[in-house]
Amino acid sequence: MSNAIIRAENLSKRFVIGHQRNKADALRHVIEDALRNPFAFWKNRKAEKEEFWALKDISFEIKTGEVVGIIGRNGAGKSTLLKILSRITEPTSGKISLNGRVASLLEVGTGFHPELTGRENIFLNGAILGMSKVEIKRKFDEIVAFSEIEKFLDTPVKRYSSGMYMRLAFAVAAHLEPEILIVDEVLAVGDAAFQKKCLGKMQEVSKNQGRTVLFVSHNMPAVLQLTTRGIVLDKGRVRFNGPTEEAVECHAGIARTDSQVFFSVEKLPRKHRGTEQVRFVSFRFDRATPVFSPEENFHFVAKVRAHEDVPQIRFSMTVFTTEGAPVGTCFGAERPGLRCGEEVEFEISIPTPRFAPGHYCCGVSVGKGDYRTAQVDFDTVLDLLAFEVRPEEGDDGTVANWSRGWGPVILPDLEYRPAVQAIRFNGSRKQPEMLSEISV
Amino acid sequence: MAQTLIIEAGRTERQYWRDLWKFRELFYFLAWRDFLIRYKQTVVGIAWSLIRPFLTMLVLTMVMKVGKLPAGGVPAPLFVFCAMLPWQFFSTAMSESGNSLVNNANLVSKIYFPRLVIPASSVIVSFVDFLIAAIFLIALMFYCRFAPPPQIVFVPLFVLLVFAVSFGAGLWIAALMVEYRDFRFIVPFVVQFGLYAAPVLTMTSHVSEKWRLLYSLNPTVGIIDGFRWCILGGENLIYWPALALSALVTALLIFSGLWYFRKTERTFADMI
Repeated sequence: MSNAIIRAENLSKRFVIGHQRNKADALRHVIEDALRNPFAFWKNRKAEKEEFWALKDISFEIKTGEVVGIIGRNGAGKSTLLKILSRITEPTSGKISLNGRVASLLEVGTGFHPELTGRENIFLNGAILGMSKVEIKRKFDEIVAFSEIEKFLDTPVKRYSSGMYMRLAFAVAAHLEPEILIVDEVLAVGDAAFQKKCLGKMQEVSKNQGRTVLFVSHNMPAVLQLTTRGIVLDKGRVRFNGPTEEAVECHAGIARTDSQVFFSVEKLPRKHRGTEQVRFVSFRFDRATPVFSPEENFHFVAKVRAHEDVPQIRFSMTVFTTEGAPVGTCFGAERPGLRCGEEVEFEISIPTPRFAPGHYCCGVSVGKGDYRTAQVDFDTVLDLLAFEVRPEEGDDGTVANWSRGWGPVILPDLEYRPAVQAIRFNGSRKQPEMLSEISV
Repeated sequence: MAQTLIIEAGRTERQYWRDLWKFRELFYFLAWRDFLIRYKQTVVGIAWSLIRPFLTMLVLTMVMKVGKLPAGGVPAPLFVFCAMLPWQFFSTAMSESGNSLVNNANLVSKIYFPRLVIPASSVIVSFVDFLIAAIFLIALMFYCRFAPPPQIVFVPLFVLLVFAVSFGAGLWIAALMVEYRDFRFIVPFVVQFGLYAAPVLTMTSHVSEKWRLLYSLNPTVGIIDGFRWCILGGENLIYWPALALSALVTALLIFSGLWYFRKTERTFADMI
């Protein structure tokens, strides 16, 4: 037998997603359908559903003591893979052999009960994660020391600050001593000092205790620092499996090569269900490659179809970085609506959004009202319209240099004038009279 | 070295019962948690598990007195409470375990353990209430200066029966609730009307011979009768065919419940 601690062979996971009739899973509809037309009932049930492969023929091996990063864009299948590894869901086909106890930090603090005290929660959470009572008792002091909450041990955790909550939760999970530790994006929370502590603990677990760690993160520096090997998932398939540096490169490459300009979304499963009076049909960029310059308007074309008469509609969108962090959201004004069955293309643009160079994707909504009033979304699509912002080359061939650490938006250029001591002014452009007075 | 675990489509059955044993401590912890939080931030705390059946008994006793319903030759409070005891256990255990999976959705979708642990531990919590109420019944018997008949030794048998029927019904509802939240509304309805469908205020011997067997399809009928026969005796005779039928329905409920729960369990995390 080889020393592989995890071996996955042709692993696939299929989800069946319902369409149109989003309330079909309510009993009433099932019975209603069955009664109305018993003959067509079974046929229809199948027709309304569509298959979606979250994972398709995944195979890999991980050896004892390895620290492997699993990276990929949102929806690449990372979470599904982890859920199968931690036995929360079953694969549709294929198999995995695991040679040891698996503990997953899928979400730190799962199973904490707000009414219970810190002490009680340590025991409860330990038991949920698979520790025995004796084991928890043995490590109790260590857990408390790591979490730094000695003083509040007998306070219900609902009165904890979120930082304390996270610390306690991570402390319990980190002392689990499994052969295989699965860590999913837990480092996104907590302050810098705590993040460092968690990273340190994970390094200790893997290096000194020879345990296997699977680390899933969008935080590339952390992946580079912690892991020796990376598996890149893309659309449910293994795109790359090898040294971390190359994996991170490959991951960035996927975003770059993914220069789709037409997106049919009619059959795309929605993560957020709207009221569906109006639904998106497709999106397209009216250019060959989805590349924009920071000084340019960001624009695309959306085609919608009305399934009911709607008096007015408006669009709104949120732009995300490839790491999934929102950059900003904007709403458009309401305009006269659509007739039932009407299909219309809209050209949508954000006037000079000034995105910093980098890769982005969008979530777009059609609905009515906005954040100032009551807001209803008819339909929302996410993770779409991936685009790149590339600085234009200057006449002399120079390229603007924007550091990612400065953030994803190039704010308007600063304005300043020498201030006159006697007049207090707050530097706002809204006081032009005053400015003209002081300008020399 | 830990043994190799193989995850494959449709092959979890083999590990399942072993895992159930491995997670027995979780079972205990979940029951302990539910019991702890049940009366957190209440003034009288655990006394609530005495106050609730006590007040219900008072009301029902008054109903019996006003309606001049026959109590089978025993004090009316005892007659009512003997039926209340299994009925309340059945109704709380069924609704609590029925809701348990959905209430623990965050656990189900994030962590692996045999899901059977969740509804089972909530039945246990209701069982603790049952035991407390049983102590109250003993006190009530002393107060009424009532000596139980010799067949009281059969009580554990009926406790087992009511336990099984509650767990069986709970399993069905818990598994169905994952997909059809409609049961959230159906269950309180069943509990509310079940009180009248079960012989809490009446004696089954008043039901005509013709309908009696049909009536006993309701498994709580045979159980409540059994409780009365064991604890009160006297005119509360046991009707064996009815009891046999109740036992049969109970067995059917628990085995089909286990079967359905196991069948749907693998998709809980995707559906919940």
